[in-house]
Amino acid sequence: MLSRVANNIYWLGRYLERAENYARFIDVNFNLMQDLPMDLKEQWQPLIAATGDLQLYQHSYKDFDKNQVLFFLTFDQNNPNSMFSAISRARENARIIRENLSKETWEKSNQLYLMMQEGEAKKVWKKADPRPFYEKIKNQILLIYGIADSSVARVEGWYFRQLGQFVERADKTSRILDVKYHILLPSGSDVGSPLDFLHWMALLKSVTGFNTYRRIYGNINPLNVVEFLVLNKYFPRSIYFCLNEAEVCLHHISGNLGGGFKNPAEKAIGELRSQLEFAEVGEIIDYGLHEYLDNIQIKLNKLSDLIDSTYFRLQDNFISQNQNQ
Amino acid sequence: MKIEGYQSGEHYDEMLNPQGEIRTPYAEFFRNLKKVPTAKMNHLQFSANQTQRAMGMTFNVYHDNEGLEKILHLDIIPRIIANPEWEKLDKGLKQRTYALNLFLQDIYNDQKILKDGIVPEELILGSKDFLKPCIGLTPPKGIWCHITGTDLIKNKDGEYYVLEDNLRCPSGVSYMLESREIIKRAFPVLFNKIGVRPVSDYPAKLLQMLQFLSDKPKPVVGVLTPGIYNSAYYEHSYLALQMGIELVTGIDLLVKDKKVYMQTTKGLQQIDVLYRRIDDVFIDPLTFRPDSMLGIPGIFEAYKAGNIALANAPGTGVADDKAVYAYVPKIIKYYLDEDPILNNVPTYLCREKKDLDYVLENIEELVVKETNAAGGYGMLIGPKASKEEHAKFRELIKANPTNYIAQPTLSLSTVPTLTDEGLQGRHVDLRPYILYGDGIEVIPGALTRVALRKGSLVVNSSQGGGSKDTWILYS
Repeated sequence: MLSRVANNIYWLGRYLERAENYARFIDVNFNLMQDLPMDLKEQWQPLIAATGDLQLYQHSYKDFDKNQVLFFLTFDQNNPNSMFSAISRARENARIIRENLSKETWEKSNQLYLMMQEGEAKKVWKKADPRPFYEKIKNQILLIYGIADSSVARVEGWYFRQLGQFVERADKTSRILDVKYHILLPSGSDVGSPLDFLHWMALLKSVTGFNTYRRIYGNINPLNVVEFLVLNKYFPRSIYFCLNEAEVCLHHISGNLGGGFKNPAEKAIGELRSQLEFAEVGEIIDYGLHEYLDNIQIKLNKLSDLIDSTYFRLQDNFISQNQNQ
Repeated sequence: MKIEGYQSGEHYDEMLNPQGEIRTPYAEFFRNLKKVPTAKMNHLQFSANQTQRAMGMTFNVYHDNEGLEKILHLDIIPRIIANPEWEKLDKGLKQRTYALNLFLQDIYNDQKILKDGIVPEELILGSKDFLKPCIGLTPPKGIWCHITGTDLIKNKDGEYYVLEDNLRCPSGVSYMLESREIIKRAFPVLFNKIGVRPVSDYPAKLLQMLQFLSDKPKPVVGVLTPGIYNSAYYEHSYLALQMGIELVTGIDLLVKDKKVYMQTTKGLQQIDVLYRRIDDVFIDPLTFRPDSMLGIPGIFEAYKAGNIALANAPGTGVADDKAVYAYVPKIIKYYLDEDPILNNVPTYLCREKKDLDYVLENIEELVVKETNAAGGYGMLIGPKASKEEHAKFRELIKANPTNYIAQPTLSLSTVPTLTDEGLQGRHVDLRPYILYGDGIEVIPGALTRVALRKGSLVVNSSQGGGSKDTWILYS
């Protein structure tokens, strides 16, 4: 596979996952707002904080008005991580490598982009209840995954997209968990209160993990939720699960069937994955949840750089020509 | 759909004869069209537009350096051609392609046709499209123009005339293929009843032709595109997808020891054949334009060494120059000793004193074209232009006569088209596609471009043109 194409497929996977996660974040926050006591309504700042774009937001906007936050996260093209930015770039990547995608995958990605355009034209962020829009976008992205799942051959291209998707998802799960760190409780004594409970529940719902969590752990307990979202071996949105899948993808790509590592990217992900594999939730809390998650995010960024230098970096054809002469 | 108001007008109409009777190829279509309510037709047209949008069938237009994706309007009423008429086109296009290929091989090698004085030497050797690095070269299998998209029109006399031989990188074939898919969905039953020859195997034939150019048992073939900002990018990716081959850009390739390699995730992989959609002079900055950012340094040396086949071969542009066009009938006669099957439009070469005088005198009745311009730019349509424009072009021609040719104003035939005022005749041209590999094959279909503005003769997509599906019938 061409290095340039592999790069585009990897980022197609990342951008789609990013957009889908944003749609989830917003949907869940909306639900949460409805359950909060009157004086605590409208907490939109934690959402921005979780995306890591708080500074950028404050550069353009003063307060955390709902409509403004929704616009920033969904349509603001000055926000490189907004859903519109991510979907535009996903579509641009898809357009560049259209010859490598199935016709349906391209058409659905193109439609996704047209849906965003339509949403922008209709000023969805001003609607009293914009949730149907986010639901639609989320479903369209899931449709693209579904089509890919049942129509794409499990060769290199597939693994590069999956790799992008799982690296992105690991990052996003770590960030959604971090929201809890940013959400304000009225006072310290509220830890463990019904309000606290509501927060954790919303968090689980945003990753479609509420029912699964219930079945495994029963009652809501912060330690268990952290364990579930960071270390669980079977839940497809836990950080460990994502890292494990991403590692499998890397091994498929390089043909490494013997374990260990064949290149720096495999080494980095192997180390991070085993760190989580042998971690206990108590250690994470002792270390500090926010710090622990921050650390994971930094390592994921480094991993993405290593994937880039291992597979996507192109030689300048002028230079190689000169060396030959 | 109301057809009573439809008139054939003063031009050749493809559906009605001058007496207002339906011509045979349209008989079945017409019978069915009458039964479809206008609202239904409009809805079919609307669905076709939506489908194009969803498919992302776009071309890029440039304005203020900003690329804009646009849709080429597809009118759902097909242009229909009966088989006997097509047979003649088929023969004529094969003859023309064969002769032009011999011409290219000759002028880059023995130059017999120039020595014999059939085509003026300075017209060829002085052309900017005559590529000196190609002198003495024979491309793989001796084929220069692998893919040709000849532009024809039908005049008032009911005869086809060749307007241009596009031997460089003719585009539009993806529209022929995708439009067919859309129109099949619009008229599923009718389509079967009428008996239309298929075009869907074009990508397979194209791939076969490209593979034929290499002697390896399993050659690696790619489509070379200038990139996403090129106006025909949609087509490049579409063809690569349909053929199941890589779509590469200049930066994906590099040359080592006169061999061309792709940069893949598994290292370098040699590539044997390139269907290149980059202009000749951009293909190799070491041989041609040093400022080209699109090309691959050293690829021309690899080509000369026979390690890569390029389709079309570099250097073909010299043969589709608008001035060389005037000599094509003589070229056919010279190499094949046959009379040309297809008509050429009488062409006045302003480089010749006698012709120049005639053109300056009669500019009001002539179409004046720049010899090296494309896309309908640098063109004057005498009868439609103002006195000032006539005067302006007289000056332009006098200042640089070799740069201009003129032709009598031809009438372009009309085909019924859906407009806001109901069914109306609009002018069309015809671009069939010819593949030259192990033999020459004319694809039984074409891109029909239609001038959507009433009375307009300019069919170019960049200037208000649309397209139609072209049905070549079995009978």
